This record gives sequence, structure tokens and C-alpha cells, in this order.
Amino acid sequence: MTYARGLKPLSIATVVATVVGFALVFFYAPVDADQGFVQKIFYVHVPMAIVALCGFVAGGIMAIKHLRSREPSWDMRSYVAIHMSIILGLGVLITGAIWAKASWGHWWVWDEPVLVSFLVVFLLYCVYYPLRFSIEDPERQARASSVFAIAAGAFVPINFAAVRLAESFTHPRVLSQTGGDLPGEMRLTFLVCLAAMSLLFVTLWKLELTSKHAAMSLKRLRTRLAAAPS
Amino acid sequence: MNAAIELECVERRYGERVALAGISATVGEGETLTVLGPNGAGKTTLLRVLATLLRPHGGRARVLGAELPDEAWKVRGNVGLLGHEPLLYRDLSPRENLLYHARLHRVGEERVGELLAAVGMEGRAEEPMRELSRGMVQRVASARAVLHDPPLLLLDEPRAGLDPAAAELLEPLLGRASGRTRVLVTHDVEQGRAEADHVLVLEDGRAA
Amino acid sequence: MIRSASAILRKDLRLEARTKESVPAMLLFSVTAFVLFHFGLDRDSLDGELASGVLWVTLLLASVIGVTRLFAAEREQGGIDGLLLSPADRTGLFLAKAAALFVYLALVELVALPAFTLLLLGPGLQPELLLILLLANLGLASVGALVSALASEGRARELVVPLMLLPLLTPLLIAAAGATEPLFSGDGGPEDLGRWLGLLSLYDLVFVLLSVAVFDYLLDD
Repeated sequence: MTYARGLKPLSIATVVATVVGFALVFFYAPVDADQGFVQKIFYVHVPMAIVALCGFVAGGIMAIKHLRSREPSWDMRSYVAIHMSIILGLGVLITGAIWAKASWGHWWVWDEPVLVSFLVVFLLYCVYYPLRFSIEDPERQARASSVFAIAAGAFVPINFAAVRLAESFTHPRVLSQTGGDLPGEMRLTFLVCLAAMSLLFVTLWKLELTSKHAAMSLKRLRTRLAAAPS
Repeated sequence: MNAAIELECVERRYGERVALAGISATVGEGETLTVLGPNGAGKTTLLRVLATLLRPHGGRARVLGAELPDEAWKVRGNVGLLGHEPLLYRDLSPRENLLYHARLHRVGEERVGELLAAVGMEGRAEEPMRELSRGMVQRVASARAVLHDPPLLLLDEPRAGLDPAAAELLEPLLGRASGRTRVLVTHDVEQGRAEADHVLVLEDGRAA
Repeated sequence: MIRSASAILRKDLRLEARTKESVPAMLLFSVTAFVLFHFGLDRDSLDGELASGVLWVTLLLASVIGVTRLFAAEREQGGIDGLLLSPADRTGLFLAKAAALFVYLALVELVALPAFTLLLLGPGLQPELLLILLLANLGLASVGALVSALASEGRARELVVPLMLLPLLTPLLIAAAGATEPLFSGDGGPEDLGRWLGLLSLYDLVFVLLSVAVFDYLLDD
């Protein structure tokens, strides 16, 4: 399994995109009239959220593949995707809090249905680790994790719909900053940052898979060596 | 005579550890295979693979004419397993437990009464399992194992916890005389070899 | 499949009737929670969204107890093996467990709701509540059965169940509480109810289908 294929061009693309993204954020995108400089955290927060959510859903799809093929490699892919999305998710919540404090003066607001949905999703995925590591048998561990990944992946859209529905009754939505109407300069910056974040995710995903695979191969060789008659 | 069990280099792993490797055996209908070996050798694992509770990871396995793991469903319902766990609910009575299994296996409920009598548990058939002695539990478990009249019996220390009288009582159900194909795991080497048509000795998952 | 499911269901109901491990605990928890809310909120009676919220959060937390115990007997007493060795369908097991949980929930609500009305509720109970309860129980039962099966695979069942179940139930909570709120306050038209019931039904549909689809894989080896 050559996970490392394509790693070099990916890494280069990631670095380039990230640098360009940074440059655009700091020098190109206009400073927001209301919120000031802190608004720029939006360029990290939202791409992080989008990529994390895609990561969770991708983890679910890989889990489906794992259940159908019984190949442990799919389980590993799913695990790494979810694991990285959880970390990104933490980042989303932290950057979201910073942004909330800057925009509305509170560290947390219930008015943002996307942020609130994200909190619930994040809390759900936190159980992934205790679930996985409470099962010793590696096959059963992988299967249980895949079942969870599928259920949780299906849960994400429903949760977003439910929270949005709830908020639309109690807090009629004012045009949010995360909405679609972005002036040209902001849009470009946002898209580049989104691309950079996505590339970063995929690169790190491949990187972690490569390293895990290498570790497992090493372990396998060691076991074989120990078992071989001397 | 058709082979009831055909194993060719069967393999089963537990993560990186090898639980079974290179296991081969052929057992004809009505024959008894005795499996011997120290604790941890893989005897219980082998039994569970034959029962279709575990998939083989390598090699070929045919049980009662069905290829494992793809045709495992054909085997289900034709195997009687008597393992370390009695597979009985402690808060239900012997009769209730057996009735439940009868329904799962789509066996007539009269069989329950027959078997309770055959294992000598008629008198205590209505008491919760948790109040019965180890020997009695084993008797009810034996009844459960043969309730659906399986052509293949998988026995893991079937005489454990039984006094000689009880062991004799269960002989026609579980022993050679029952005519069933049997795989017997036991620590009683003498008895095991005496009953066997074939013997398999396991050590660290491999045939010794 | 229906026959094996009903055999398993009968066995579970019989076991519960004898050991009384789930329903009394869930019931006691609910009533105690109501009392705690009285003291914690310092209110003699609740209405509207507060009443709705207190009721549903309590029911959801109580369900954790039932969900934790649902597969306990199977894991502890080897019941799963007995089932896997029979020609019975694995999906039948899921249906039986979900049905059992549904029954436990219904029994608990049968007593908890009057208790709630007596202790805390300002306005009275209305018949529409039954429909909300029915849909909510359906979702709770199927998600609960799935979570219970998953959590029972490992050693940390008591930890994993609440951590997994409660976030998964958030949309259900939102819909059920949202639908119940106008019933407890006297205002709010029927169209509100329709939308919440729609969300509940969608949730139920997705999770029943999902659970049935993945359950086979969970038990297979």
C-alpha cells in the first residue's frame, strides 16, 4: 500500500496555498468595518469547519467501505480522517469563541446555529476514542468504530437541520457573516484559505497514514522474527 | 462416507498474534475428533471457528458441506455448542431457557419436556438457574446443546462439574452413542483418546 | 424473522419483569429529577418551554439507564452466542431490543407523566402529546438499541452510553420539546406542531433504517 504516493506534490501545494492564503488574509482582504481586525479569524474558522465536517462524512464513507470489504486499511483511513477532524473541530470551537467574543462580546453565543450544531457534533465524536479503545479485539474494534462512524456521519446533516430549524423559530436569522454574500476580495481570500485548509487536511491525513502503516509493518516484521524458529 | 468436517491449513489471527495456523483435519460423519493441548493453545478458538462464531482468516474450512465463511448460514442451526459458558439466563428457569432456545431454533415445545426428563431435571425445571448447582447447570446446558438435534456437536470439557452419575446420564445425548459427529476438547487425555477416531494436538495455535 | 424477534422480545420482557432492573430505576430517576427541578428552579409550577424542556431532558436522561442495561444480560451471560448459533436473523435481535426499549419507555412515561402533571405542570396534558411521545419513543428506541449494542462491545459501556446517546438525541430533543412547548402554554398554532413532527419523523426514518442496515455487520465475525 503506497500511501506516500503523491505526498511530495501535495505537501508543496499545501505550503504554497497556505502562504498565499496568509498573504491574502493579511494584505489583500479588507478590514471589516464593524468587527475590525479580529474578523479575519473568519478565514480560518469557517474553512476549518467545512473541512472538519467533510472529514467526518468522509470518515463515514470510508467506514462503509471497511464494513463491506473487511479491509483493515479502510478502517485506518476512516480512523485518521475522524481523528484529524476532531482536532480541527476543537480548533473550530476555539476560533469560534474568539470570533464570538470579538463580534458580540460573549465567549459563546447560541445565535449561531452552525456553531451550536458543531458543538453537538464535536461532543458526539469525542466518544469515538473511548469506544475504540474500550474494545480489545482489533477486528471488533474496527467494526464497532466503523458502525459508529456511519451513524455519526448520517447524524451530522440531521443535526444541522434540526438546530437551524430550532433557531429559525426563536431567533429569526439576520444575514450572517457565514452567509453567501461576500464581496469579491473577501470571496477570493476565503476560497484560497478553504483550498489551503483542504490541502493541509489531505496532506496530514496521508502523512499520518504513511507513518501508521510503516509502524504496523515494522511491528509485523518484528513479530514474525520473534516467532521464527531460530 | 461424506466428510462432516474438512479443514485445510486453517488460520485465525487475533490482531498480530496467531491464534491458529496450518490446522488441517478431516472428520467423517458420526466420527469423533478429540482436540488436546495446553491452555491457550487455540482449542476454544478452533471450536468457535467450527461453530461459525469466528471467521477463518486463511485456509479452507468445510463444515457439514458448507464453505466457511461464505456459507456459514447453512451451518447455523445444525451445530450444538457446549462451551465454558452455559448460554443460559440466570434469572430464568431451565424450562424457560429451553423454551426460548426452542423458539429460536423453530423446534417444537414438546422437545423441551423430553430433554428435561432425559437430563433428569424435571423436578427442578421451574427454579431460576442461579439457584442450581454447577452440575445441574451443565445438565441443562447439555439439553440446550442438543435441543435442535444437531448433526454436529462441539464440546468443550463436557464433563466438567459433573458427578459420574450425571456424566452417565448425558452419555446418550453427547457421547459416541448419539451418532453425531463430535469435536471434543478435553484435558482428560486418556478418555479423550479412547473416544476418538481422530486426534489433534494443538500447541500455540499449531498442530504439535 | 418476526418469529425470532418476538421470541427474543418475550424473553427480554420476562427477564425484566423478574429482575426489574431497568424500568423501576428509570421511573425513580424521573420522579426524583422532577423533585430536584422544583428545588433547583425554585418553582411550584412550570409552563411553556420550561415545562417542555424539563420533561424531555428528564426523559432522555432516564433513557440512558435503560439503554445501558439493554444488552447487559446478553454480554454477561453469553446470550449473543446462543442467538448467533441459531438460524434466527440478526436483524430480528435489533427489532426485539428496540421493541423492548420502546415498551420500557412507554411504561415509564405512563407513570412519569402523571407525576409530572401533579408535581410541576401548570396546564394539563393534551392528547396531541401522545403522538409526540409515540414518535419520540420510536426514535429513542432505535437509536438506543444501536448505541447499546455498540457500547456493549467494549469494557466501558457505562461511560460510552451517555456520551454517545445524548448528543445523538439532540435533534430528537429539539423536535420533541419544540412540539410539546405550545401544548404546555396554550398558544401556538397546529402548523408549528406539523413541522416538529416532520423533523421527528425524518429523524426516526433515518435512524431506524440506518440501525437495521448496520446491525448485521456489528454482530458478524
